[in-house]
Amino acid sequence: MGLEKVKHIVLVLSGKGGVGKSSVTTQLALSLSLAGHSVGILDVDLTGPSIPRMLSIETSKVTQVPGGWAPVLVHDAISEENIGSLHAMSLGFLLPNRGDAVVWRGPKKTAMIRQFLKDAFWGPTDFLLIDTPPGTSDEHISLVETLQRDALPGQVAGAVVVTTPQAVATADVRKELNFCAKTNLSVLGVVENMSGFVCPHCSECTDIFGSGGGKVMADEFKVPFLGSVPMDAQFIALIEEGRRPRYPVGTEVAGHDISSKAAEAPDAEDKGSLVDKYKDCSLSHVFKGLTGGLVEKITASGGR
Amino acid sequence: MAPSLEEPEPVEDVLANPLKQKPNLVAPEPEHCPGPESQQAGQADSCAGCPNQAICASAPKGPDPDIPLISARLQDVKHKILVLSGKGGVGKSTFTTLLAHAFATNPDSTVGIMDTDICGPSIPKMMGVEAETIHVSGTGWSPVWVMDNLGVMSVQFMLPNRDDAVIWRGPKKNGLIKQFLKDVEWGEMDFLLVDTPPGTSDEHLSVNSFLKESGIDGAVVVTTPQEVSLLDVRKEIDFCRKAGIRVLGLAENMSGFVCPKCSGESQIFRASTGGGKALAEEMGIPFLGAVPLDPRIGMACDYGESYFDSFPDSPACLAFRKVVRSLAEQMGVDSKDVLPE
Repeated sequence: MGLEKVKHIVLVLSGKGGVGKSSVTTQLALSLSLAGHSVGILDVDLTGPSIPRMLSIETSKVTQVPGGWAPVLVHDAISEENIGSLHAMSLGFLLPNRGDAVVWRGPKKTAMIRQFLKDAFWGPTDFLLIDTPPGTSDEHISLVETLQRDALPGQVAGAVVVTTPQAVATADVRKELNFCAKTNLSVLGVVENMSGFVCPHCSECTDIFGSGGGKVMADEFKVPFLGSVPMDAQFIALIEEGRRPRYPVGTEVAGHDISSKAAEAPDAEDKGSLVDKYKDCSLSHVFKGLTGGLVEKITASGGR
Repeated sequence: MAPSLEEPEPVEDVLANPLKQKPNLVAPEPEHCPGPESQQAGQADSCAGCPNQAICASAPKGPDPDIPLISARLQDVKHKILVLSGKGGVGKSTFTTLLAHAFATNPDSTVGIMDTDICGPSIPKMMGVEAETIHVSGTGWSPVWVMDNLGVMSVQFMLPNRDDAVIWRGPKKNGLIKQFLKDVEWGEMDFLLVDTPPGTSDEHLSVNSFLKESGIDGAVVVTTPQEVSLLDVRKEIDFCRKAGIRVLGLAENMSGFVCPKCSGESQIFRASTGGGKALAEEMGIPFLGAVPLDPRIGMACDYGESYFDSFPDSPACLAFRKVVRSLAEQMGVDSKDVLPE
């Protein structure tokens, strides 16, 4: 296994597609990195990998090292700012053409996931986040089976389950929670994504997909609720175009006034690394709290 | 040595070898099994030493004998439309239900929905028939009828418990899809909409190979405006092209949001690369239209009501009517028959 140096493995799951598994994975990784942890992301969505795009490293290629592959470096550790390193591995790096369809049946996907886990060599990593495709099928079965067989005791911390508030999404995510129960995968908590959208014109918050559905579901299944994450068009612009998030004066998130910086430098240049720009995003404050709770839970549950 | 990551199996090869009948195995499939239904069954390198080798090698080759049965079952279905998207959560199921309600406004048309998303079926909830079960008669399984002219079939109807996880690998899913096509008594039908899970994998290959002979009108591909989603949808269009499925058009969902308080419009999922329209032009496929975000669509889906009938004058509904008309045009059907004014 190339996972010996990984301390904690966290799976990001959801029965439903498009609820923001990859975006939550990305933000968890950035937040953990900002808290000084070294982080890795493994994208096992084989037919629709999004992580390379989210991290703006679409053109990167995986390098071959003796006996396996070295994950792609997103940013190095910066010790004076207490930022940990971030590496990523995805099938997207291996495709010759970004528009090519990967049409694989189950057994082929299983073989690929086993190989991903075995042959990707992770350096000393505090947290490895595994981003998954939607559903409870080949990828998930293979992943959990392989981890159960090969991971060191206590290494797999558990799963973060992502949902959106509407009942159509939670209906599918409930199935995922039952999947975790059946496979003895502990649920670290539920994250409700896309919970409300704040209009940039009038600051009115509209619950486009409703709200509260994630909390109700978590209570019903007696699993922790980690928090709700609103929609932020600035975050999408950051991911899509690499634009540094800017907010109008007076914008407050979790008690922080986040508008000041943008006001000072209206032409704030879009240079800088993703992790640096993410610090200016309103969601980074939401995720800071969420990640803190998560790390506490993982270390308390007897991780190494 | 494990298979090389650098050279994925060419899509043409996978498509050229449709499913064969699965033989009865004496042992579980090994790690690098080419699939007992595949053309290489019993002959691949990894088959050496497998206890199933002799069984797989001697199993009858040639197309699945059930395909003619499927074609016979579906011969009275006039139009078969797939709803596809490489990306999850872009609104495939929402679009499928909206399309179904739109087609069903003409009392003379009969419409069916087949939900092939086995691990995360959404159609029953959106149609408000979550608690139904299917009825088995001598001639086959009858779909659940939502309205007099609108029937639905989904794996959800077979689960003893609403929240049960369906933890199935590919071959088992293929088996169920085949059964849906072979055993469901659709009868005479004008439109059969096939809702699919995200991706380009087992379900899509199976639907394609089972329906090929009976003829598919084409696929409606759904996307959202942002590039993260277009990236996966591009792969889906590539898949359609290689599989010989006609793309009837690309529809963009969640494009723009109008604040109910100040009527200011925001592009939540910004089309930084031109959105669905640019992709349609790039790929040379028709663009059916863009439907804006409306919180009431999600709500109608949660309560199993028809957004299409409840809010006929909303901007989203008007945009959607346009999509339906362009789709009818692409299919060569008179749009006045499909969606009476």
